[in-house]
Amino acid sequence: MKLKLATAAIAAVMAAGPALADLTFSALSYRTGPYAANGIPFADGYIDYFTLLNERDGGINGEKVNIVECETGYNTEKGVECYESTKGSGALVYQPLSTGITYQLIPKVTSDNIPLHSMGYGRTSAKNGKVFTNIFNYPANYWDGASHAVTHILDINGGDISGKKIALVYHNSAYGKEPIRTLEELAKKHGYELTLLPVDHPGQEQKSQWLQIRREKPDYVLMWGWGVMNQVAVQEAVNIRFPMENFIGIWWSGSENDVLPAGDGANGYKALTFHNLGSDYPFYADLKKYVVDTGKTAGAGDQLGTALYNRGMYAAMLAAEAAKTAQDMHGTTAITPAMMRDGMENLEMTEAKMAALGLPKFGPEFKVSCENHGGDGFGAVAQWDAAAKEWNLITDYFQSDQEILAPLIAEDSAAYAAENGITPGC
Amino acid sequence: MPEQLIWGMEVFLNGLMAGVLYALVALGFVLIFKASGIFNYAQGVMALFAALTLVGIMEGQVPFSHLINAIFGTEVHHFGWHVPALLAILLTMVVMVAMAWVVNQLIFRHLVNQEPIILFMATIGLAYFLEGFGDMMWGSDIKKLDVGLPQGLNPFIDEVTYNIFGYGFFIDNLDVVATVVAALLVIVLVIFAQYSKQGRAMRAVADDHQAALSVGISLNFIWVMVWSLAGFVALVAGIMWGTKSGVQFSLSLIALKALPVLMLGGFTSIPGAIVGGLIIGVGEKVFEFAIGAPYLGGATEIWFAYVLALIFLVFRPQGLFGEKIIERV
Repeated sequence: MKLKLATAAIAAVMAAGPALADLTFSALSYRTGPYAANGIPFADGYIDYFTLLNERDGGINGEKVNIVECETGYNTEKGVECYESTKGSGALVYQPLSTGITYQLIPKVTSDNIPLHSMGYGRTSAKNGKVFTNIFNYPANYWDGASHAVTHILDINGGDISGKKIALVYHNSAYGKEPIRTLEELAKKHGYELTLLPVDHPGQEQKSQWLQIRREKPDYVLMWGWGVMNQVAVQEAVNIRFPMENFIGIWWSGSENDVLPAGDGANGYKALTFHNLGSDYPFYADLKKYVVDTGKTAGAGDQLGTALYNRGMYAAMLAAEAAKTAQDMHGTTAITPAMMRDGMENLEMTEAKMAALGLPKFGPEFKVSCENHGGDGFGAVAQWDAAAKEWNLITDYFQSDQEILAPLIAEDSAAYAAENGITPGC
Repeated sequence: MPEQLIWGMEVFLNGLMAGVLYALVALGFVLIFKASGIFNYAQGVMALFAALTLVGIMEGQVPFSHLINAIFGTEVHHFGWHVPALLAILLTMVVMVAMAWVVNQLIFRHLVNQEPIILFMATIGLAYFLEGFGDMMWGSDIKKLDVGLPQGLNPFIDEVTYNIFGYGFFIDNLDVVATVVAALLVIVLVIFAQYSKQGRAMRAVADDHQAALSVGISLNFIWVMVWSLAGFVALVAGIMWGTKSGVQFSLSLIALKALPVLMLGGFTSIPGAIVGGLIIGVGEKVFEFAIGAPYLGGATEIWFAYVLALIFLVFRPQGLFGEKIIERV
């Protein structure tokens, strides 16, 4: 009897667990809680991309992809629990989609030698690969975003914004405060006046901030928001009749969720992005054929083509391409997390590569190196078309102000290295 | 008139309007506490659930569609009809009454005469269950709620104040509507509680469950009625807040806005919820305008609301309008 039970238990474990040869990718997702509306499309895009690789190509270079999904609820403690409970599965890379979770995982993944990719979030100075060996934040980070916004404002003002007033409405948290230093440095360089308007979590009540904006009449408003704060801010901007084309959000304030509740009033609102939008790509035809039509979508299949779904897809694409790079480098298809780290550190995304994947111009071209884990800081500006209910890129990808950002990253990463006894090096 | 003073007046008025919205949430807490001594932790989630149900009914969404599709392999999402706002509100109220009945039958009927902390714990469980249930029933995407309420600058107030001060005040039309609705709600609830048979029975139950039972008052009926009323208030709050931000799971956090209002206005007074809301709304907005933003870096509203409530609490622990409880040894 005992033998039978033991056999059954082993069989159950083998059936439930991934085959040893599979490439395992973790998906620390949040499909429940206050931020589920943002977590679901990202997770769906991430998982559907890998499902397509499995269904169409038989995985990555013949290795099936196994996804281990764990619900974090956008809660830092749960995120860390998810990491601890899934790292034994051999997950090649973690993408927690939360700055809070990322901060907690930085020392853990480094000591476990597992790479972590915080794409457009997390600790900005992790771009310095000499200090943050296992953390990657390509293709862009928060400070790039701040610079992209200012560069865009410069472009539409003929390169001169001295004397202009720019207000930053931000989530009063570590995340929301990220762009402040960069914007202050850029203010010194370009001569604009910066006003800071913090909004306490969760951001349902912003009357004071928007009354101040109405009184002080800034020329531009930038926003670093998340969740309900975004929807309320867009609605308040509509209410006070702030010109929406002068209102620019970071990429986490640029999903359909953020603008649809405000209806037609949100027309013209701008958001930064580091990937392309919509579903007009050859890749989507395959996605429909192999994943949607066969009922294999990760969620309800109702998020395809949304900004956050595309972001999840893009994250998966970068992970898959890094895995291929690692396979080539190490001459084996069955890569380990340490090999994956090498692949990420040598990742090069070119237009030819993206076009071959059926996603032409889906993201900027960039090259990762040991020194530079953050790419080249390219991003673009998208604008909301309320009538068509779609985002459209209104600029090409352009680079952030490296002259300002490079010293800030060097300073912050050096401080981290000193605090943690890290000797920077490649 | 100095510019700062004029702007201060605008902030004051907006504080009053914000206070009304806070009071709408606080009213639901007061109703249940007044009748049963239960601090209903689930009040914010009830507002969310009511708003989710309203949007779901209006848009003809199939409840539990994700679950149905996952089990049966179907692709049903919508019935294909749109229900007019007024009818949808009535249908939502039916759902809230049904929910009140179920909550009473399954939970509170079994907890009569239990310690208040036990009842409080039960509402915590209810809150988490209801949040998950709402998610499963209607999905977790952000939904636009449009029941025809006006939003944006009120041109009349803008024009009048511009003619007087040379600066047009911003008052949101939605806040004006909320003020009218809250005023009507309070009048109706006060009349109901003070002068109707059921209202008096409700107060009797609040005073002493056993004594109320002994004179023939049906505890079950009163509790179902009170939870239904709280459900109605939650629906009103859900409509107002949901119109502002879209209906989404953060809506349940509006309960946080009600706590300082309750501390200040007292847990048992309907007018207290309104006055408390107004004081908190004005206090936090004026403080942010005069001190918070210029000297403290801003974002002072949330903590200042609690400081204000604590100050009142020190001098009047039962709140401004709460009943003073004297226990003789």
